[in-house]
Amino acid sequence: MDIAIQIGVVLFQIVLVLGGVLTHVAYLTYAERKVLSDMQDRLGPMEVGPHGLLQPLADGLKLFFKEDIIPSGANKIIFSAAPILVLVPALIGFAVVPFGRDSLQIGSIEITPYIADLNIGVLYILAFASIGAYGILLGGWASNSKYALLGGLRSAAQCISYELPLGLALVGPILLAESLSLKTMTEAQGGGFWHWFIIVQPVAFVIYMICAIAETNRLPFDLPEAESELVAGFFTEYSGMRFSLFFLAEYGNMILVSCIAVVAFLGGWQAPFSFLEFIPPIIWFLAKIYFLLFFYIWLRATVPRLRFDQLMTFCWKVMLPLALVNALVTSIVKYIVT
Amino acid sequence: MSMDETQEEIIRPDHYGDDDFDTDLERTAPKKRVEDLLLNMGPQHPSTHGVLRIVLEMEGEIIVKATPYLGYLHRGVEKLSENSTYSQIIPLTDRLDYTCSMTNNYAFVRAVEKLLQVEIPERAEYVRTIVAEMQRLAGHLFWLGTQALDIGAMTVFFYTFREREVLLDLFEVLCGARLTMSYYRVGGVDRDLTKEIVDRLYKFLETFPENVDEYNTLLETNRIWLGRTRDIAVISAKDAVSFGLTGPALRGSGVNYDIRKAEPYGVYDKVEWEVPLGKKGDTYDRYWIRVEEMRQSAKIIKQCLDQLPEGPIAVDLPTITYPPRDKVTTDMESLIHHFMIATEGFDVPEGEIYCGTEVPKGELGFYIVSQGGNKPYRLRIRPPSFIHMGAFEHMARGYMVSDIITIFGTYDVVMGECDR
Repeated sequence: MDIAIQIGVVLFQIVLVLGGVLTHVAYLTYAERKVLSDMQDRLGPMEVGPHGLLQPLADGLKLFFKEDIIPSGANKIIFSAAPILVLVPALIGFAVVPFGRDSLQIGSIEITPYIADLNIGVLYILAFASIGAYGILLGGWASNSKYALLGGLRSAAQCISYELPLGLALVGPILLAESLSLKTMTEAQGGGFWHWFIIVQPVAFVIYMICAIAETNRLPFDLPEAESELVAGFFTEYSGMRFSLFFLAEYGNMILVSCIAVVAFLGGWQAPFSFLEFIPPIIWFLAKIYFLLFFYIWLRATVPRLRFDQLMTFCWKVMLPLALVNALVTSIVKYIVT
Repeated sequence: MSMDETQEEIIRPDHYGDDDFDTDLERTAPKKRVEDLLLNMGPQHPSTHGVLRIVLEMEGEIIVKATPYLGYLHRGVEKLSENSTYSQIIPLTDRLDYTCSMTNNYAFVRAVEKLLQVEIPERAEYVRTIVAEMQRLAGHLFWLGTQALDIGAMTVFFYTFREREVLLDLFEVLCGARLTMSYYRVGGVDRDLTKEIVDRLYKFLETFPENVDEYNTLLETNRIWLGRTRDIAVISAKDAVSFGLTGPALRGSGVNYDIRKAEPYGVYDKVEWEVPLGKKGDTYDRYWIRVEEMRQSAKIIKQCLDQLPEGPIAVDLPTITYPPRDKVTTDMESLIHHFMIATEGFDVPEGEIYCGTEVPKGELGFYIVSQGGNKPYRLRIRPPSFIHMGAFEHMARGYMVSDIITIFGTYDVVMGECDR
């Protein structure tokens, strides 16, 4: 009986988190279009619903009813599996993200603000993020198209390269919190914004943000899908629901990396001042995520795109050494202090 | 051969793509043959600015060979012209470089006027220069927006189109059209600048330099933009001349040649302006030159508006120009006169002429052979886009796939003009 209740609670949490994430993904596309158009002197979606608010639904419906095309010569199994391989890692990471402080108590049932508190939470997310690169590579390869192949190769190279400095940037917060668990990490940053790890690890934060943008294939690092040269990159040949799975994964990843940035550097659900603690932690968490997402969109409106060789040079010659030095200095200082 | 047999012959294996791949692997694997990757870009590609097809031979992402295939937009403008009267050709020239139809009209009517040896009234010259420079602004704005979009800076595109829209609105007030304008006439222009247009133009020119600065804040010192344009598609002054490049593409390499200065037409010799010149001949120089030319064009328009004299807007030569409109509705002879010019056109004396005009993209030349009569015997167009395509491979070789579109955009190629 106990186990049944536990399973029920976990399922409820999963539905809640997934529902929340997918709603956010849908409205993130809307927000992106609206913010971009505001920055570009135009209106953006206005037709569907008031101020185009129902646009994500219309887009979803349209994609759902589109014909699902598998190109001749494509490897059917891999071609179908690739979008799933990309989407699942993007969504699975949310399992360990602590969204708030207090558990919800209903009678004897306790609902935690996270699905699981893994003691290797960060590692778990990074490991799954790497699997996403397989989906991209296989999707590009199985399409039997040169554009998709080039896009897939680029993307895989980019993801693997940028994962290194990304992981190394997270070493700082891990050392400071002395834990890989995202929950412990958040709790270690309690008591005002000057305890947040961004204050002691600004370099790591900048490296993390840059790598996160590269990891999610967004401007200025959106080469895998650079539409001016590779049409749409690795998902050139995809259509309908399969295409939308890639799309969901991209935006899901954006939210996921923002979640990690918030937890590792911006104090998670902690309020910046103790007198502001009357605002629920979940609101703080969301506010910080929205801020980072806005930053992504803002960046997209501002900068042009890098070239592939420049991107790789930047990663291996700038980001990686910086991240290594940062990790080294942090460990030495940490050793001396304690 | 019976029907069944023919049908059997065209049946292919279900996954013939897969089989193809396998046999390919078997054939190449033992010999370890290395092949360049052949990539067909276009004619339908999001950013080839029309229907251009390029076949790229690549080693990884580096371009070994880039062969452009033209002709997807060929409409036979030159041949059509042989069966049209001179005034019927003006709308055809609109469709050459459809982003800058005014300057195309100008280039054509200038060639015909040279053959006819007519003097254009002063006000008409001023109006022509103003309109041509407005078109240059619109053309360069269009170029800047699309070039930035190709490199990924999306916002610049919307900003430049915002200003271009103002100019197109003015064109609409002036001649009723926004894209294919057909505004110039042999011997003058179609309609006069009204006070409304002059006022709106002044207002536009007040804010325009600030707007150019706005685009530049997003690009000029942006490290990514510099990285994408500096030292890309470098062409030396010698090569640029050999390939016959003109316009900003030639001046980017530092060659001081601008027809507006070399053989002044219109009123370009009556106003003060400078020809911006590049040093290295890379994409950045060409970008800088176009931005600078926009500032110069604004200067030219402003001076022309200040100096704008009163007077007729078309030459008073009944053989080639229409009678005044109010007379057509009241006077029998004028009506007949109008009808004759509209239906039969006018005769042009025997002779040959080449006349080059500086359009936003370079030198647009019209070579007309006339054997008398109201139609040209032969009309040959020298489109800058087509000549620039010739240098494309020279400039693209050795750069990366990501640079292809940048290189393509840097000459400001429009396929309508390239294929004619």
